[in-house]
Amino acid sequence: MNLDFSDDQKQLQDQIRRFLSEKCTPAVVRSGLEGGEPFSRELYRGLGEMGVLGVAIPEAYGGVGLSHLELCLAAEELGRALAPVPVASSIYLAAEFLLQAGTEAQKAAWLPKLASGESVGTFAFVEGQGRMTADKVAAAVRDGRLSGAKSPVADGDIADLAIVAARSGAGRGEQAVSLFIVELNGPGVTRETLASIDPTRGQARLAFDGAPAERLGGEGEGWAIASQVMDRAAILMAFEQVGGADRALEMARDYALDRMAFGRQIGSFQAIKHMLADMYVSATLARSNCYYGAWALASGSSELPVAAATARVSATQAFQHCAKNNIQVHGGMGFTWAFDCHLFYRRSNALALALGSLSTWEDLLITRLQGANTQAA
Amino acid sequence: MDFEDTPEEAAFRAEARAWIDANAPKHLEAELKRAGFASSGIDSEDPMEASKAWQKKKAEAGWACLHWPKEYGGAARTPIERVIWGQEEGVYGSLSSPFIIGHGMCGPTVMDWASEDHKRRLLPPLASGEEIWCQLFSEPAGGSDLAGLRTSAVKADDGSGDWIINGQKIWTSGAQHSQWGLLITRTNPDAPKHKGLTMFFLSMSTPGVEVRPIKQANGQSGFNEVYFTDVRIPDDQRLGAVGQGWEVSLTTLMNERLSIGSGMSTGFPELFEFCLSAEIDGQPAVDDASVRSRLAQFAVKQSGLKYTGMRAITALSKGQTPGPENSIGKLVAGATMQELAMFALDIQGQSGAIQDESSPMNARFQQVLLRSPATRIEGGSDEILRNIIGERVLGLPGDIRVDKDVAFRDIPTSGRK
Repeated sequence: MNLDFSDDQKQLQDQIRRFLSEKCTPAVVRSGLEGGEPFSRELYRGLGEMGVLGVAIPEAYGGVGLSHLELCLAAEELGRALAPVPVASSIYLAAEFLLQAGTEAQKAAWLPKLASGESVGTFAFVEGQGRMTADKVAAAVRDGRLSGAKSPVADGDIADLAIVAARSGAGRGEQAVSLFIVELNGPGVTRETLASIDPTRGQARLAFDGAPAERLGGEGEGWAIASQVMDRAAILMAFEQVGGADRALEMARDYALDRMAFGRQIGSFQAIKHMLADMYVSATLARSNCYYGAWALASGSSELPVAAATARVSATQAFQHCAKNNIQVHGGMGFTWAFDCHLFYRRSNALALALGSLSTWEDLLITRLQGANTQAA
Repeated sequence: MDFEDTPEEAAFRAEARAWIDANAPKHLEAELKRAGFASSGIDSEDPMEASKAWQKKKAEAGWACLHWPKEYGGAARTPIERVIWGQEEGVYGSLSSPFIIGHGMCGPTVMDWASEDHKRRLLPPLASGEEIWCQLFSEPAGGSDLAGLRTSAVKADDGSGDWIINGQKIWTSGAQHSQWGLLITRTNPDAPKHKGLTMFFLSMSTPGVEVRPIKQANGQSGFNEVYFTDVRIPDDQRLGAVGQGWEVSLTTLMNERLSIGSGMSTGFPELFEFCLSAEIDGQPAVDDASVRSRLAQFAVKQSGLKYTGMRAITALSKGQTPGPENSIGKLVAGATMQELAMFALDIQGQSGAIQDESSPMNARFQQVLLRSPATRIEGGSDEILRNIIGERVLGLPGDIRVDKDVAFRDIPTSGRK
């Protein structure tokens, strides 16, 4: 039994934490909030040079060639630090799509640039309101040209390439969807930056009008590949959420120790103490579920779909719970622009929706448990 | 990361499995498997006799109280081996329930505080299940505020050195089956409350000890009241110094929290099974969107507890002490099983109110509904557990104590404000 990270992995995590505490300052995090760039290219390049972006990408494609376990811990640190960088879009998603479904040429063309941070990738999937289904995919590719629109696309304002889910071929339902690589700096692409609840990570609407598109993976296999890659990304995202939850809990705990009211530290009141204890419970359950996810991700277990949904649901709740109660513990000060509480609140609610909302993942979890139940019987 | 045994662990597991396979009471397996929430499930024979027989067999072969030293009836095994044994013992482990308090709490306290002679006399029959122990701590006036207890121990005035006990304990599990009790008393009401306590052990057949079962809210009687009327205890049955009782009691309570790896169940697997077969408007309940959402909420709690337990086992396997994350187990499991029972009855509609042989799954959810309030109170209430997490894990300050440096007899009580 070894449900823990190795000492080497923890050491790497420490290095990343130190790097972020030095480079990912409050001013860097707040840039997008104050009307500047929501993306710190300098920080992102630094993560590339340090090998964080390419940690799970094979050496042959410019990566470090370690495993997804190291990437899980990197994700936790990025979440703690509220890093304003497109790692989720570019590494958990775009690079993972290439690794899972790319041809040799596609991998060689893009992975080294994604690993170094020279290029940014993203996944253009959603088209408008509500839960995303295959029937809602209206963007279509004909003769290698993409037309349609995707919105919202995380980091779509700064990405160099997008993996786009679009209609093509003669399949129906989920089999009608294929994936395409589209260069966003090329012809036929229009971007529009969107205002969002979390300005520390950009969102955009991408409109395509005959943009050159190269298929990734087999025709009609887009939905299945996307589902697989989003499961893997969900585990990494869950680590970001647990990192954020832990940090929000620490902030609340520190404030409860520091702040005096009615002649005593507010952390000595049970109303506050019990709120913090419940935050600890949520964060601990989520962390344990994330470790299960990390194991499934690294071992390639058939339990991965269950583990991904479990980690995702648990971590979404934990981060939202800790972030909202962090504001509550801080009282009125927690609702000021100057305090960082709202940054965690914003991020927790934005991450809760990225990759599909909580209710979507709850539904997926039960579907998968039903499947596991049928197999067992 | 993996869920595999080390070679040593695998060898131990194989040994344990082989012995259990050859010796377990297999004729009881089916009954144990369909055990209700608040019953052992055994009705083909006396459940206590079945428990004692299995414990005796384990003791004779060196499988009882694995973590205790051999000279006291144990097997000097490592904590991780104890966990592996529990996994292998499986359904037969529930036969050990009458011994949990003795093995988990009273035994370790005796081991730390009793004389060598007493340890050699008391511990082996406790390990082998021949003698059962109960823990006489809680009182009507001292539950969560344990140190508020009032049962008095006064030196006999005949020069014998004996102590005379008067008072009442409550919520004593298994007192009616016990040969021995671990008893905390007040020996000095003039000292501040934590400083005037003294610990003893006594035979439950000592004259003046009277056990009365409590009829619980769910109609069962697992707990007792124990009355002490001029009960005489020799001074050599004192554990620790006079006035040191609080410190001694902490040994007991710490041991309670060290028992890990058991992975308290929330009852989720049973709820999921029920939702696969139950119907809402002619469709399987599990297809209903609101049911799916609630199920997912319960699922991630069950899973979170399971893997939190595995993280603790990992620490044990590496020879480390498990971290504080294990303190969340009962807090999460207790509240979850209560909500889960209410939800299962909700799916049953108006028939959910019926608790008889027609109720789904042997009326399991009705039983859980009526028993779960106790889970949230016994062995540290939800509120005490939150205080422990807040103060010992998160490092928050304790509550301001108005009773701290006051003589016990001057502290206001419900009857004397």
